[in-house]
Amino acid sequence: MSDMNDNPKPSNGDAILVMDKLCKNYQLGTVELRVLREIDITINSGEYVAIMGPSGSGKSTLLNMIGCLDRPSGGSYHLGGQDVSQLEDDELSAIRGARIGFVFQSFNLIAQLNVIENIEIPMFYQSYGEAESAERAMELATMVGLADRMKHRPAELSGGQQQRVAIARALANDPLIILADEPTGNLDSGSGADILGILDRLHEEGKTLIVVTHDENIATHAQRVIRLFDGCIAEDTYNYHKG
Amino acid sequence: MFLFRFKRTLKLGVKSLWMHRLRSTLTMLGIIFGVSSVVAMLAIGEGASRDAQEKISQLGSRNIIIKTVPPPEDKSSVGQQQTLKEYGLTYADAERFRGAIPNVRVLVPNRLISEQALYRNNRVSIEVVGTVPWYTEISSLRTTYGRFITSIDTHYKQAVCVIDELVRKDLFSFDDPLGQMVKIGGDYYRVIGIVTAKKATTSASQVQGQQNSSKGGSGANTGKIYIPLTTARTRFGEMSVQIGTSGATLERVELQEIIVQSQTIDQVLSTRRSVMTILSRFHKKNDYEIVVPLELMQRAKDVQRIFTIVLGSIAAISLLVGGIGIMNIMMATVSERTREIGIRRALGARKRDIVMQFLSETLILTLCGGILGMAVGSLVPALVTYFGQMRTVITPGSLIMAFGISAAVGIAFGIYPAYRAANMDPIESLRHE
Repeated sequence: MSDMNDNPKPSNGDAILVMDKLCKNYQLGTVELRVLREIDITINSGEYVAIMGPSGSGKSTLLNMIGCLDRPSGGSYHLGGQDVSQLEDDELSAIRGARIGFVFQSFNLIAQLNVIENIEIPMFYQSYGEAESAERAMELATMVGLADRMKHRPAELSGGQQQRVAIARALANDPLIILADEPTGNLDSGSGADILGILDRLHEEGKTLIVVTHDENIATHAQRVIRLFDGCIAEDTYNYHKG
Repeated sequence: MFLFRFKRTLKLGVKSLWMHRLRSTLTMLGIIFGVSSVVAMLAIGEGASRDAQEKISQLGSRNIIIKTVPPPEDKSSVGQQQTLKEYGLTYADAERFRGAIPNVRVLVPNRLISEQALYRNNRVSIEVVGTVPWYTEISSLRTTYGRFITSIDTHYKQAVCVIDELVRKDLFSFDDPLGQMVKIGGDYYRVIGIVTAKKATTSASQVQGQQNSSKGGSGANTGKIYIPLTTARTRFGEMSVQIGTSGATLERVELQEIIVQSQTIDQVLSTRRSVMTILSRFHKKNDYEIVVPLELMQRAKDVQRIFTIVLGSIAAISLLVGGIGIMNIMMATVSERTREIGIRRALGARKRDIVMQFLSETLILTLCGGILGMAVGSLVPALVTYFGQMRTVITPGSLIMAFGISAAVGIAFGIYPAYRAANMDPIESLRHE
């Protein structure tokens, strides 16, 4: 296991994600496109946050920033106490693998691998042992209710089941945050409700969840809703009835 | 842990290749043909060179063979009817060599006469070799039955003869030849022994083509009968009638060949120089030629080297084509799996993990292709030997080389697609459809 997992886990209420005046600009020819303008966000451990906003508001860019897939043009970003805004590519890969669990809109499972092998991918890159990773993958598959589908390929599963595999995969390395991008966007309402149920359960277990969506229904599940508009935070509200 | 990682990478590679079986097989074909052509061509080249070297070593690597050849026709004497032509090596030459060249270990003067041999009703064309008792020392002949000519036979000009396997087979199918009288020319000779050619020292009898090649390797298909040189001189004389286009001419030749063996291999070339010096002084006409098996061997090696280079380049080109095929397919695979690369990068794969993944796929392809290519490449020489009656030798070195080459091709042509895969932007690849 990598060294960052040896750090003590932040207890409930510690700030695990701190963005300070985070900017992201893209150069389009001669025009500089300012996609994110001085974003300040602090997310505490155990929070369930929905990030919302219309298309073009900078949601996806913010998601890439949070997910350490991209480096900011300005400002700082601390994840679990470590400044990750200026890391090298390999270091970012390590951070992604150890601290972030991704759940994508289109599930993004690897077609030639079965359920267990898909769940094992993040553990593989974190150098788990063979038996250890197989055991944990089976545990996670059981947890998301796929105990009887472990040897199935993604093509043999329904959308809801695929997304459950993706959630299990996101949990594999016990990340600091689970980052979901429109997790119910490709699902019918029934399966979508299933997935939201699982996310709720994870929240109850104390996981930190960040969901990027424009589905107001998800927002009602979240504790806190951050609304983006034109690259700025337009609104940051707490649903006090939740948590 | 490392082993697990390796195993997992390998398993993943096999799985991805298995998903596109036909494509993988077709890609592998390029390498299979490349490697098999390397193995096959080296085997054919090696077989040919060993064949040549065996033939030459039968002549004796320390020997210098001086042969009588008819001198080129004198331009000035065209029109004149020459009735007697006198040329070639003489007994005096042999004496000069013996006396003047210090490195000579053995010297054998030979008289060669084409004749017919008769035993009962069997008549065969043979070559009579008038020779000396120590002839066996410089040739690859071995007395297998009876005895060879002795100095007593030579001294008393005995009418005895030693026959070789071929003559024995033709003349005495089932009879014991020893003590029988054979009529050669006008006289009868008593058979005192049988000689056979020694098996070549570098015998590789496991190779099928051996039998065929050594049969052809013994050169002349006419049998030989050895008689004492003195006997040959008195019975056959030195005159012979040659019937040419300009009518019959009488020729006088004392010796057809003189074989000189130097003491060590290093002295062969200096001995040859001495021989040439002596001959050039006494033979104004160009009526001799010098054959040095050692030189032939070296020339054969040079030819072999060129042969190997030519065959090797052909094989290398086919491997190159195979490698380019692999690279092409890997590029297609990489762009087809852009999304997978994005997913893996998001889930914590470093660039080098991606490189390893695609490189291992290429390596699996080329190494499997290499192994199959070695199998096919070992089969082809066997077929060539069987159908083409050519000797082939597969050396372990050529197999190791072929395998090494296929691995090198895998790395050389796999590294760029893998590098491309690793350097894709994770965000872009995740968005890729």
